[in-house]
Amino acid sequence: MTSHVALRGVSRIYPGKPEVHALGPIDLELARGEFFAVVGPSGCGKSTLLDVIAGLASPSTGEVTFESKRVKGEVPPGIGVVFQEDASFPWLTVHDNIAFGLREAGAAEGEVAAQVGYAIEFMGLKEFARAYPAQLSGGMRQRVCIARTLVLKPRLILLDEPFGALDQQTRLLMGDELLRLWRETGATILLITHALDEATMLADRVGVMSARPGRFLDIISTAWPRERDSTIVSSESFGRLTSRIWTLLRGESIRALGRA
Amino acid sequence: MRWRDPLFLVVILFVIWELLYLAVGDVALRSPVATGKSLGAMLGDARFLPHVRETLLAFVQGFAIAVVVGLLIGVPLGAARFAGEVAEPILVALYSIPKVTLYPVILLVFGIGMPAKVAFGAIHGIVPISIFAMNAVRNINPTHLRTARVMRLSTSSFALKILIPAALPEIVTGVRVGFSLALIGTLLGEMFGSQRGLGHLLMQAMSLHNIERILALTLLLVAFAAGVNALLLALDRHLHRALP
Amino acid sequence: MTRVGFTRLFIILLAVGLLELLCRLGVIPSFTLIPPSAMAQSLWTILASGKFTPDIVTTLTNVGIAIATAMIAGIALGTLLQSWPAARRVLDPLFATYYAVPMYAFYPLLIVIFGLGDLPQVAIGFLLAVMAVIINTLNGLDRVPPVLLKAARVHRLGPLAAALRVRLPYAAPYVFTGFKLAVAYSFIGVIGAEFITSSRGIGYEISFAYNNFDNGVMYAMILFILLLVITVNMTLHVWEKRLLARRRRA
Repeated sequence: MTSHVALRGVSRIYPGKPEVHALGPIDLELARGEFFAVVGPSGCGKSTLLDVIAGLASPSTGEVTFESKRVKGEVPPGIGVVFQEDASFPWLTVHDNIAFGLREAGAAEGEVAAQVGYAIEFMGLKEFARAYPAQLSGGMRQRVCIARTLVLKPRLILLDEPFGALDQQTRLLMGDELLRLWRETGATILLITHALDEATMLADRVGVMSARPGRFLDIISTAWPRERDSTIVSSESFGRLTSRIWTLLRGESIRALGRA
Repeated sequence: MRWRDPLFLVVILFVIWELLYLAVGDVALRSPVATGKSLGAMLGDARFLPHVRETLLAFVQGFAIAVVVGLLIGVPLGAARFAGEVAEPILVALYSIPKVTLYPVILLVFGIGMPAKVAFGAIHGIVPISIFAMNAVRNINPTHLRTARVMRLSTSSFALKILIPAALPEIVTGVRVGFSLALIGTLLGEMFGSQRGLGHLLMQAMSLHNIERILALTLLLVAFAAGVNALLLALDRHLHRALP
Repeated sequence: MTRVGFTRLFIILLAVGLLELLCRLGVIPSFTLIPPSAMAQSLWTILASGKFTPDIVTTLTNVGIAIATAMIAGIALGTLLQSWPAARRVLDPLFATYYAVPMYAFYPLLIVIFGLGDLPQVAIGFLLAVMAVIINTLNGLDRVPPVLLKAARVHRLGPLAAALRVRLPYAAPYVFTGFKLAVAYSFIGVIGAEFITSSRGIGYEISFAYNNFDNGVMYAMILFILLLVITVNMTLHVWEKRLLARRRRA
């Protein structure tokens, strides 16, 4: 079975004196429809990994393939990205933000209205459809960004610490939403997070990254059923998996802190 | 190095000028070299210098008045919050009206001659200087003011050691803008209300279709304005770095 | 209206009232200044008679052309330079010195090149306005958060689409500041030029009235310009506030 996304020998090195070896080498294969999480200490290159997969940055060595085609220089169609920082467009209403991609693609207004309406309902933004991002909280703005990505029906969704600024309870709920989205769309998801419990709870497999230059120390399968939600945090295997990940990460985090 | 880029720019501008000249020809332009020679000849001409003196005299007086009056208006308005709020839109409105339209009024009040030119330069410079001075004083870090009170500084000590250094960078920016505008105002005044001065010479050259002269005078004025502004800008930047 | 607004209005009315009084009492002679009420009267008569309507139309048209061309050229050049750091660095001293140079000094040159018509006036207005638009467009584009540029790439927008659909809309408040300045400078440039040498337009009529000792007409036209410019600027100010309100953190 061909993988949906494949990275072979990918690394990213920033030129200069001295060179900064930010990432790699990385070998990774994602199956279609899988939920993959990446955890690692700060500065290990997780965001760089996302940039390279999306085509926002070119790998210095190795190659990235998406749907059997090489990714280089530009973002291929079918990929959606939710960034760590707020990427909502402040000059557009929530509705127009979400409609942005569809309108750029030249969809008819009727189609746009239908799709956007659905996405707004799905993400619980109905009351705020005519509001501007400045009037919303950080969490709501992230939901707008997710809806904006969702509505284009991407086959691969990349998320870079999307719930970074939120409190724990909201994160758990947003995690449930993300799982719901995943099941509805059948997309392949790559989630970058610093929160171990979030990674363990949400993903089919968790990639544990080393300190810079980031490489995968291990990839752990969680073996969760597809129909899952945040209540699995109370199961026994959840605790075991999380402590296994932390054991791997602890040394790396100390190294990263020492270097930082 | 820092001087390379501006020099490069000046060279490019002269090259563009030369290219324009080659394209348009003698009917409307002269080459940079010819203009340079013209200017040289003009500066050596004894009849020319009185005009330069006239313009400089008018400008310096107008600028001085602009600085004094501008600060007298701006500093108190900056210190008195309410008065400042009331006055600000008025000042901004005054800034944006074409002061050229007030020139007949000034001529009627002062009559034709030096006083009118000085007044015209002054009104162009007063408004920006007062606006900048007002903002400079308004934005003084309140911590400085409290520190001064705690240290129980005398008024003169306070003014010298705290008020002036804190407000100076912004005030200098305002003075720089006021300088340029006062020059423009003086020149404008000379262009239609005077029988002497560089502005008058410029208009005279235009009516005689003396292209060499027009270009030489324009070059002189541009070089002077740009040169002094560059110096003031260096001072401005230095102050903003040294006294943030 | 706020206390500040009231005070301001009061001061303005006081100043006008004082002027009126001094004129009526003859303290200010009528060959120097006519009372504000007489100015308003004269203006009303002039507008009603339509005698200077062609001049008003000429001036406003020229101002309009100067603004439009300055905005288009300014935004285009600003956007181009923002993506071309080397060129921007070379031109930087020009940005810093531009407004120090007496632009009117070029007026005779423009007349020689373009002849006596409306073009030199529009050109001066354009030259004064365009740099403000470029500088403010650059300022705004500089502030576009990198994440939005990435988002544009994820949406697969080419450079032109990214500029028009993401970068410039983000920078709109700053471009608007440039627009306000373009309006002010276009008025200053065009009317000033009309004053110096022209055969039509409001500036010319003021100059003509002055030379013919016609204070009535002259002050009426001066009043007209003052009211026009102040109204336009106030309208832009209100418009700007409304646009910015959407972007302000609640």
